Amino acid sequence: MIAFWTLAALAVTSAAMIIVVRNLLHAVLFLILSFVGIAGLYITMSADFVAVAQVLIYAGAISVLMIFAVMLTPRSDRDNAGNMLQAPALVLSGLVITAVSMVAVETDWRLADRVAFESTATEIGDALVSPFVLPFEIASVVLVVAMIGAIVLVRED
Amino acid sequence: MQLLGRWYDFRDLGNGVARLIEALEDVGAPDGVIYAVTGLLGAVAILVFVAIAAVMNSWIERRLIARIQVRRGPNRTGRFGLLQPVADAIKLIQKEALQPARADGLVFSLAPILIFIPAILAFAVLPWGEQMVLADLNVGVLYLLALGSTTTIIIFMAGYASNNKYALLGSMRAIAMLISYELPMVMALLGVVTFAGTMQMSGIVAFQETHWSWLIFFQPLAFLIFLLGSTAELNRTPADISEAESEIVAGFHIEYSGMKFGLFYAVELINAVAVSGVITALFLGGWWAFGLEQWIPGWLIFIGKLYGVYFILIWFRGTLPRFRIDQLMAFAWKFLLPLAIVNVFAASIEVLLWREYDLSAGLVLPIAAAVNLALAVVLIAGWGRVMGAAYEQEPRRPRLFSEIDVPLPGDGPASGPAAASEPATA
Repeated sequence: MIAFWTLAALAVTSAAMIIVVRNLLHAVLFLILSFVGIAGLYITMSADFVAVAQVLIYAGAISVLMIFAVMLTPRSDRDNAGNMLQAPALVLSGLVITAVSMVAVETDWRLADRVAFESTATEIGDALVSPFVLPFEIASVVLVVAMIGAIVLVRED
Repeated sequence: MQLLGRWYDFRDLGNGVARLIEALEDVGAPDGVIYAVTGLLGAVAILVFVAIAAVMNSWIERRLIARIQVRRGPNRTGRFGLLQPVADAIKLIQKEALQPARADGLVFSLAPILIFIPAILAFAVLPWGEQMVLADLNVGVLYLLALGSTTTIIIFMAGYASNNKYALLGSMRAIAMLISYELPMVMALLGVVTFAGTMQMSGIVAFQETHWSWLIFFQPLAFLIFLLGSTAELNRTPADISEAESEIVAGFHIEYSGMKFGLFYAVELINAVAVSGVITALFLGGWWAFGLEQWIPGWLIFIGKLYGVYFILIWFRGTLPRFRIDQLMAFAWKFLLPLAIVNVFAASIEVLLWREYDLSAGLVLPIAAAVNLALAVVLIAGWGRVMGAAYEQEPRRPRLFSEIDVPLPGDGPASGPAAASEPATA
C-alpha cells in the first residue's frame, strides 16, 4: 500500500511537472521519470514482464526517440507559451480527464479470483500465439509497414 | 572433501544466510522482516564486492593494458603500484568541482549519481551460487536489457547538461551506438533464451547444469555477438567513439572534474564487471563448472569465470584500435544483426524439432552444437567476405577536396548537385 501511494505520487507529480517546466528537455526527463513510476506500479500488481517491457520500450526507446526529435527541432529551447492554443488545450485535457475519471469511478471493478501467474512471460507468450494470434500478426505487419515507409522516406534516389 | 552443506561450512556463503533465515523463523519473525533482512544482507554483500572490484579493477586493467602495450603501468605507489587506485581517488576528491557557467545545474550534478543505479541494479539478478541470487526474477534477461537501455538517457543527460558541443556530440554518438548495438544483443540473447526455455537467470544456469554443457557450445555465434555488442555498450576501446580522445576530447564527460568524473570512471569499470558476470551466467554456466563446484564454492567459480571474461575485455581494449563511427554503425547493422537473425532462426528450428518430436536431449544437443558451430564459422567467414568484397576490389581512398565538386560560398553560381536542388528564388 505504501509502495502504491509512493509510486502513484511519483508518477502523477512527474506527469504534472512535464506540463509545468519550461525547458523542453526537462519535460522529456520528467516523462521518463513518470514512465518509471508507472513501471513500479506494474510491479506492485505482480506484472513483472509488463513492468520490464515498460522500462525497456518507453523509458529506453520511446524517450530516446523524443530526445532525438527535440534535438533536431530548431528553436526547441523556446518558451512554449507563445501561441494561442492554451484555452482549447485546457478544455480538451479537462474533458479527457473528466471522461477517464468518470469511467474509472463508474466501472464495476471485479477482483480477480486467482493468484498471480507463476511465470508471466510464458503466459503472455502462450496468449500471444493462441487466442490473440491475429492481433499479434497484424501488429507485426503494421510495424513492417512503418519500417518500410521510413526507409522509403529517407531514400536518396 | 565435498561441500558439506551445513551452516558452519562457510565456503558456501549461502549456508550462513540460510541459517540466519532459519533462526529468524524460529524466533517467529514475520515474512516481511526475513525478506528485508536477507535482501539487505545480499545488497550489502554485492555493494562491498562491487566497491572492491571497482577499486582493484582500475589497477588490474591499467597494469594489464600496460603489459600488452609493452609499458610498465602504475608501479610506484605502494607495492606493485597497488595503492594507485587509492591515490587516484584521493586526488579526484581533492580536485575542484568545476561546473560550466551556463550548464544545466541540477541535471549536471544528477547524471553522475543516476548512472550508478542501472550499473548496480544489474548485479541483483546475477546467480552467484546455487542459492545466491538476490532477486531471481522471472524476466531476468529482459531486466538486464531494460537496465542497459536506461543508461542511454543518463549519458544523454550528462552530455546535454554540460552545455558543450563536444559533450553533446559524444552523448549523441553514445545514444546512436547504444540503440544500434541493442538490437543484435537482444537477438543474440533471444537465441539463448530459446534454448534454455526461460528468462530466469538461475533457470538458464540450471539448464546448463542439467544438460552437462555450457550454452557457449550451443550458441557460439550468440556468444560472439553478445561479447562484441557489449564492448560497444561499455564504451570500451574498439568502440569508444563516444569518448574518442582524438576526435571529441573526452565525449560526454568532458566538463566533469573531480569526483564527478571519478563516478563516471568507476561506473565504466562496474559495468564491465556486470557484463562479464552476465556473459558468465548466460554462456559459461555461472557457478556450475562440470562438477568442479562440488569442491570449490560456486561463488568463487563464478568470480573466477567473471574475471576470465573481464580479461578478454581488457585484451580487446589493449589490442584493438578504435573504429570510426560509420564503421561501428555498419558493423552493428550490416554484420552483427543479420548474423543474429540467422542465429535466432537456427536456434528456433532446433528447439522446435527437439520439443515437437520429443527427441532425447542427449541426441539433439550435440547435433545442435555441431550445427551451430559450423553455422557460426560459415556465417562469419562467408558474410565477412561478402561484405568486404567491395572494399577489396575497389579500395576506397580519401578523396582530395578538389576532386569532390563542392560549391564554396562566394564562388558564384555553383555547379554541384546542391545547386540543382535549390529553389530558384535568387
